[in-house]
Amino acid sequence: MLRSLKWKLIFYLAIVVFAILLLMPTLSSQIPGWFYKIIPSDKIHLGLDLQGGMYLILEVEAEKAIESYVERVKNNLKDDLKDRNIPAGRLEREKKDQIILEVSGEKSRVDKLLSERYSMLQELSSSEIGGGIWRISLILDSKQADYIKKNAIDQALETIRNRIDQFGVSEPEITLQGTDRIMIQLPGIKDPQRAKSLIGRTALLEFKLVDEEGDIEEALKGNIPEGDIILYQRTVDPKTGGVKKIPYLLKEKTLMTGEVLKDARVAIDSQFHEPYIALEFDDIGAKLFEQITGANVKKRLAIILDDNVYSAPVIQERISGGRAQITGRFSIEEANELAIVLRAGALPAPVKIIEERTVGPSLGQDSIRQGMISIIISAILIAVFMIFYYRLAGAIADIALLLNIILVLAVLSLFRATLTLPGIAGLVLSVGMAVDANILIHERIKEELRWGKTIRAAIDQGYHRAFTTIIDSNLTTVIAALFLYQFGTGPVKGFAVTLFWGIVANIFTAVFITRWVFDYLTLKVRIKKLSI
Amino acid sequence: MDIIRPDTRFDFIGKKKFTIWISIVAILISFGSIFYHGGLKLGVDFAGGILLQIKFSKQINTSEVRNAFETIGLKDAMVQNFGGENEFLIRIEKKSEDLERLSRSIQDSLKEKFKDKALEIRRAEVVGPKVGKDLKTKAIWATGLSFLAMLVYVAVRFRQFSYGLGGIVALVHDIIITFGAISILGLEFSLSLLAVILTIIGFSINDTIVIFDRVRENIKKMRKESLENIFNISINETLGRTILTSGTVMMVVLILFFFGGPVIHDFTSAMIVGLISGTYSTIYIASPVVLFWHEHFIKKKKK
Repeated sequence: MLRSLKWKLIFYLAIVVFAILLLMPTLSSQIPGWFYKIIPSDKIHLGLDLQGGMYLILEVEAEKAIESYVERVKNNLKDDLKDRNIPAGRLEREKKDQIILEVSGEKSRVDKLLSERYSMLQELSSSEIGGGIWRISLILDSKQADYIKKNAIDQALETIRNRIDQFGVSEPEITLQGTDRIMIQLPGIKDPQRAKSLIGRTALLEFKLVDEEGDIEEALKGNIPEGDIILYQRTVDPKTGGVKKIPYLLKEKTLMTGEVLKDARVAIDSQFHEPYIALEFDDIGAKLFEQITGANVKKRLAIILDDNVYSAPVIQERISGGRAQITGRFSIEEANELAIVLRAGALPAPVKIIEERTVGPSLGQDSIRQGMISIIISAILIAVFMIFYYRLAGAIADIALLLNIILVLAVLSLFRATLTLPGIAGLVLSVGMAVDANILIHERIKEELRWGKTIRAAIDQGYHRAFTTIIDSNLTTVIAALFLYQFGTGPVKGFAVTLFWGIVANIFTAVFITRWVFDYLTLKVRIKKLSI
Repeated sequence: MDIIRPDTRFDFIGKKKFTIWISIVAILISFGSIFYHGGLKLGVDFAGGILLQIKFSKQINTSEVRNAFETIGLKDAMVQNFGGENEFLIRIEKKSEDLERLSRSIQDSLKEKFKDKALEIRRAEVVGPKVGKDLKTKAIWATGLSFLAMLVYVAVRFRQFSYGLGGIVALVHDIIITFGAISILGLEFSLSLLAVILTIIGFSINDTIVIFDRVRENIKKMRKESLENIFNISINETLGRTILTSGTVMMVVLILFFFGGPVIHDFTSAMIVGLISGTYSTIYIASPVVLFWHEHFIKKKKK
């Protein structure tokens, strides 16, 4: 018994020392680098509710990616039909993933074209509607649709990651949640509004020609020439804050997109000292741009970002070298933001913020301060009460409680878990259960002593009997915690984690460590009277 | 030291006819309040909407803030003084799709309006209707499944369904009463109040098991005693522990109530009610349910 007492002590001490080592990064900020090679822990991370920051859930509208893909396919098909001299009438997208096509002449030529170059489309139905005209309805292959969707989400995740990296936030967390949601956590962010507009922007850059022949007045009345669209240039007057919208009649066809961008930087105009964005295209883009400008000299080329016309300068000459610029009345922050989103690339589909939780840094500090005050007061009161009521045994219980908290925090830093407000509630609950475990044991020992047992026997019986009760009540709670973790969301999970580890630590400290102390006192010190 | 003298023998179970009525009345009041208020007031977390916590550096009164919201065109915004003098909590229940943009424009116009009062936005929460629904479903599933698991565990551990049932009936009792208190106090059911419910579940089942364990032990020792007496003896024997534990936990919660700040004020007030109910239900609900089950469903089989 005495020998095993020694081994137990070594074992328990090893655990406690290890736990304290795990907590070192949290306790001190000056930890040498080699420490982390040996001890696999990290500073305890505080949740956004405690340290302030922003939590976002974005929904990727992946259906829109399908829509724009089918739209592109439709445009290609139009060009192909023209190239092959197949007379086509109606050609439009229906719903999000269908194309309706009307051709006259031999249908087999169309079929050949479709099977050769449009394997992603499946024929839904086709019928002759009279006059030698065939109506064919096509649908996007469902596998291809799934692929586009998944790709859109992955790409959105990657793009947002890039943007946030360039924005400069320390320890951001960006992960996929479920199938089409992205969770973003930005701790300690100073300007949440700017971060949101940076993240949520689609940033689709397009170059389209202005329709010089079309009549804008007529178009605004509703008579838009075929193949044209109207987009607006919005300018905000910095003095009055009024928004002015200038309409542009543009060719619908996009000549070039931001996909071919190599770089986008903010530069300052030397004449007017206004910031503009200097674009640099990659090789393909440079060639394409040269071609486009060469073919459309003296025409106006509109630069469009997210359906907003930024400028529509007249092309003076063929532009080689792959450079262009976006001018507008930007503030320097706006220009910076635009440069970041252009560099990081466009989102393949628009995203929508469906959940947001922002906590200002001062509120987080208040929460921590008030939380600390209450925890310290409660700890002192519990400790004093236990000693007052149980004397020596109470002091032992106090040590166990302290160890309990150390162990839970150590586990948190080992698993790099985050401590949140609900997490603290879980910790408080587990400390409550730890107090209860000690009380159960002590009350039981007292009972056994009253029944005339010796100190040794009373301790033995007390622990033995109380143990089943403690295991039963703690296990039930553990089961609840596991289910909450498995099926709960963010805050519920945080609660479940600290509760779970709190109970595990509780069984260890309240049952095993205190038992060792009692054994040591009765076997080694041989106390005659137990003050409990 | 003993808080309860060892020979204490209160007749807890004997008073069950009376105490059952206390519970029934409490439950009726709870349901009454919930129905009167047209259901539980769901917070932004579950109902969807916008929650803002703003603080001004200069003196301002609630009606000024309320007026500001009226001029923006949000008459139904609920403005409530929060904790400190110049701090407010604003709730806007809207189910529209683009809440985030709305929240942004509100914040912009507030900042514009209160330029001279140095407005600080301390917290902004936007929960879209879909997310709110998701959170609600998940919370219900998590709680429901953990209930079921506890019922099974207790039933298996005590080898009798009745014990599991007693524990769960007591839990349901506590939850109804806590919800009642939430409704009467006019609190909003948010994620942090869900944490209260979970905590109360933890304590209540813990309490119940302590007594049931003692009953199980005493059944072996006292073969001649009636089950009712055994329950009474067991409750008395563990009474010291019940009072000490509940007392300590209550002390912690009271400290949190007074020093924990306004953010967890709702949390602690609901917790106080739940704790009282949890301790009470262990003695007066869980045990009588087990006894009732044995009287009506098990004795008959033996005869």
